[in-house]
Amino acid sequence: MLKTFPKGGVHPPENKITSSKSIKRMTVPKVVYVPISQHIGIPAEIIVNVKDTVEIGQVIAKSGGFVSSNVHSPVAGTVTKLDLIIDTSGYKKQCIIIRTDPKNEANFQEVDYPLIKDITLEPKAILQKINDYGIVGLGGATFPSHVKLSVKEGTVLDHLIINGVECEPYLTADHRLMLEKAEEIIVGIEILMHALHINKAVIGIENNKKDAIDIFKKLTQNNEKIKVAALQVKYPQGGEKQLVRAILNREVPKNGLPLDVGVIVHNVGTIFAIYQAIQHNIPLTERVVTVTGKKLENPANYWVKIGTPITDLVNEVGGLPEGTRKIVNGGPMMGKAIKNTDVPVTKGTSGILVINEDEASRGEPKNCIRCGECVFVCPMGLEPHLLMNLSEKGMYEKASAEDIMTCIECGSCSYVCPSHRPLLDYIRFGKQIVKKLNTAKN
Amino acid sequence: MSESVLYSIFLLASLGIIAAVVLYLVSKKFYVYEDPLIGEVDAILPAANCGGCGSPGCKAFAEKLVKTEDISDLFCPVGGNAVMKMVAEVLGKQVAEKEPTLAVIRCQGACDVRPKTTEYQGPRNCAISAMIYSGETDCQYGCLGDGDCVAVCKFDAMYMDEATGLPVVITDKCTSCGACAEACPRDIIEMRPKHKKDLKIFVGCLNEDKAGIAKKSCDVACIGCSKCEDICPKDAITMLNNLAYIDPITCTLCRKCVEVCPTHSIIETNFPPKKVKKVEAIVEPEKIKTDA
Amino acid sequence: MSEQPIIVSASPHVHSDRTSKKLMYDVIIALIPAFLVSVYVFGVSALIVTSVAIISCLLFEYGIQKYLFKTAVTITDGSALLTGILLAFNLPSNLPIWMVIVGSLVAIGIAKLSFGGLGFNIFNPALVGRVFLLVSFPVQMTMWPTAIVNNTNIVDAVTGATSLGVIKEGLLFGKTMTEIGAQLPNTTNMLLGFTGGSIGEISALALLLGGLYLLYKKVISWHIPVTVLATMAVMTGIFWFIDPEHYASPVIHILSGGAILGAFYMATDLVTSPMTKKGMVIFAIGIGAITVIIRLFGAYPEGISFAILIMNAFVPLINTYFKPKRFGAKIKAKIV
Repeated sequence: MLKTFPKGGVHPPENKITSSKSIKRMTVPKVVYVPISQHIGIPAEIIVNVKDTVEIGQVIAKSGGFVSSNVHSPVAGTVTKLDLIIDTSGYKKQCIIIRTDPKNEANFQEVDYPLIKDITLEPKAILQKINDYGIVGLGGATFPSHVKLSVKEGTVLDHLIINGVECEPYLTADHRLMLEKAEEIIVGIEILMHALHINKAVIGIENNKKDAIDIFKKLTQNNEKIKVAALQVKYPQGGEKQLVRAILNREVPKNGLPLDVGVIVHNVGTIFAIYQAIQHNIPLTERVVTVTGKKLENPANYWVKIGTPITDLVNEVGGLPEGTRKIVNGGPMMGKAIKNTDVPVTKGTSGILVINEDEASRGEPKNCIRCGECVFVCPMGLEPHLLMNLSEKGMYEKASAEDIMTCIECGSCSYVCPSHRPLLDYIRFGKQIVKKLNTAKN
Repeated sequence: MSESVLYSIFLLASLGIIAAVVLYLVSKKFYVYEDPLIGEVDAILPAANCGGCGSPGCKAFAEKLVKTEDISDLFCPVGGNAVMKMVAEVLGKQVAEKEPTLAVIRCQGACDVRPKTTEYQGPRNCAISAMIYSGETDCQYGCLGDGDCVAVCKFDAMYMDEATGLPVVITDKCTSCGACAEACPRDIIEMRPKHKKDLKIFVGCLNEDKAGIAKKSCDVACIGCSKCEDICPKDAITMLNNLAYIDPITCTLCRKCVEVCPTHSIIETNFPPKKVKKVEAIVEPEKIKTDA
Repeated sequence: MSEQPIIVSASPHVHSDRTSKKLMYDVIIALIPAFLVSVYVFGVSALIVTSVAIISCLLFEYGIQKYLFKTAVTITDGSALLTGILLAFNLPSNLPIWMVIVGSLVAIGIAKLSFGGLGFNIFNPALVGRVFLLVSFPVQMTMWPTAIVNNTNIVDAVTGATSLGVIKEGLLFGKTMTEIGAQLPNTTNMLLGFTGGSIGEISALALLLGGLYLLYKKVISWHIPVTVLATMAVMTGIFWFIDPEHYASPVIHILSGGAILGAFYMATDLVTSPMTKKGMVIFAIGIGAITVIIRLFGAYPEGISFAILIMNAFVPLINTYFKPKRFGAKIKAKIV
């Protein structure tokens, strides 16, 4: 019996159509739009001016505080504009627009970096470098990594968990990365273990990625410290709390962090970015993006520069197919639908999903038939139908007492509701209000 | 026979006495002293329980009025100055006098001038759709059209105009409680002072985009051209982030700005139609808008 | 670009293929074997009663929604259809047609729509209709055509009491179970449906077949039916063990009357059953216990309808007190 989390969860059709396609390098875009707020927390502060020439990897916006992150230029070129551009949030945000210099060879070089195994830096220096090189959680939450790694003195920490679950349907970016950069990821894990003084690491991979499990099993054969855990395929196993529960059988306390049970969780993509930063001094300026969709001509995985407009990506795979009705930034369960393809790729973009008209529309919401299905699938043990009603009726205090804030917004409830009720829409709304009320109280 | 009649009477009477005694004891035991002034003030207040004063309901506001020393910053927007004056008399405290206000909708982006570029699917609720993205149109400042303001109005003073998709304030019914302004996630609704005969001039737009982008997303958007600012004889108009704002206090309702606005984004209401003579005097007569 | 605008909506962007309509039609499919058996046993009268119940339920729902409430008409969602079938399954096949129509009116008009329609009703509509008829027309409602079986061929159908009625009456007149046993159909006939009773309840085997289909389709979970039947078996078993001459065996109790129909189709009604597994078990124990108490000590020979309705009333309370275990509410393992 494979490990998994015990409560709730769903298993949507996997549709991982790009899992056998190796990661290609995306054509360098002519113009990149780099938002200054690609992470959770304070937006970075712009430190370049219009007409400045920038190099690849140059800091163009400086971290605006502790919970913030540096932003680096993904291309060599000229800053043409500082303007408001619609980003993945659906709102106009400050962006740095850089025109790529077609003459600068650095833009088009493909360097094959050798594998460097020796870790020379001190733990403190590693953490500082992670901060400087703009590393954020690449699983989708985009939480600045150095904040996650700044563990208070005296905290008991015994496990590093590497999230290679990729439980979202369609997405294969992490899967491909694990297959192609397995050795680098192992080094990355060692770097983090060294930096945090942890002796045990577990890589959690769902069983639908058997090839990745095999590779890591082989690589860690003689490694006492790093283990591989094959997990049952179930959404939302990629959620930190579910993953810790599945692998270590530890339950992260309500409103707590994995840190409270001695665990730090990092995504494989983040680990690879950390490896690149520490061993090769490459800041986070590109990431793997899965461009996928049932009707796409040529769905594939790409190394994409941050700030590339999604239009370029879609054109790379053959353009938007006829009858496209929805474009999702991220996976189908938690991704955000975007207005048009002018939105740039950010550090949190793990995939672009193009949905055709037969699957794009939401069902008409009907009366709740109280079947309890949402309660059965909620991985956090909540009652989504109740929380939705409370939010709808404005009973926020009660919703707060029913633990609305512990909702991880995985969308299992909305996915499964036979009456197509917009459960998560209302719960998210309720969470927003409760959060506001709570901050007002304090 | 008579025995059973007597028995019933006795039984019922004793039940009644027992209940009365219990009720008396309980009401004595749980008696809460309340300042009689609170009741008096509560009787004066309009009993709309709208929350426009900041307190949850009129009773709570009455309590606050009685208990607070200095009530000059407390105000009942629904009752207005008349009610506050009566309250002041009862309590013997000073109250502030405020000019009556009225809710105005600062967006004219009707369906025909502000094209929809996407389709939103989900609960028809402004607050929820505002969480997801900037709305069905390309203007991220304008009305979302899902009617949170109408739903929250307790005085039936608002309705959604089906032709334009925008909310409309019924001036006579608006009590200026401000609930709609609070409910609007876009802050489109502004509480502006009431002028005589309900004359109003205000910028019906909140779009801060640059001219080209604003104009592209909406035909009647303020494009930040500053023409109104230049022409205003009282300096009542200020420009900020490509957007004009007319200060209601300094504005003398001369309507010069309305005439120069190239996109008709300044709204004037309830003015009598202009005389023909005056129209001829203006350089571009076709751009005059008599929005009533 | 397509001509139609891009859709923007909140996540998730995919949906499982479960819809409430499908759930309703799955239950209807599951009821087909039992219906066929009753048509075979009771003949065309079963068909007539069922059709009348279905048609009147649909018409009442349409009429009330369209002309009285002036709301959207939802007769296509399958719920009124299902109510009609379940109501008919709880009626004797020789019931006068007008009574069936009255039952449908009570089920749809009072039990369902006056509470706010599908999803808002507290009580199972079909059962409310049935119980209304039972207390209003007790004579007609307790005279069932009994299939008289002669070498497994149906010779004649006369009206008579059900097995449970026979037992109740027999015990009341001081007979022992051994004496009564001779009047009861044997276990095979009970399983196959050659016995007296309401239209849908006679064949335990056909009902179980449908029940398995529902379990396979995950329309219902095993918690309610299994717990109801287990509670009944345990309780009747204890009494039977103590005094087999005055209490019928658990086998008779489970196979006769509406036990299986109730446990699989009526108690599991999504709307009127609890929403957590824990709650379902409590709910089902309550149904089982009340049914046995009514059957053994009450005035009526059969009590599962009342038991389900009584427990329906407790569902909001059960939902309030039996909540799912919140993730992280209690720390499971400490750091070693």
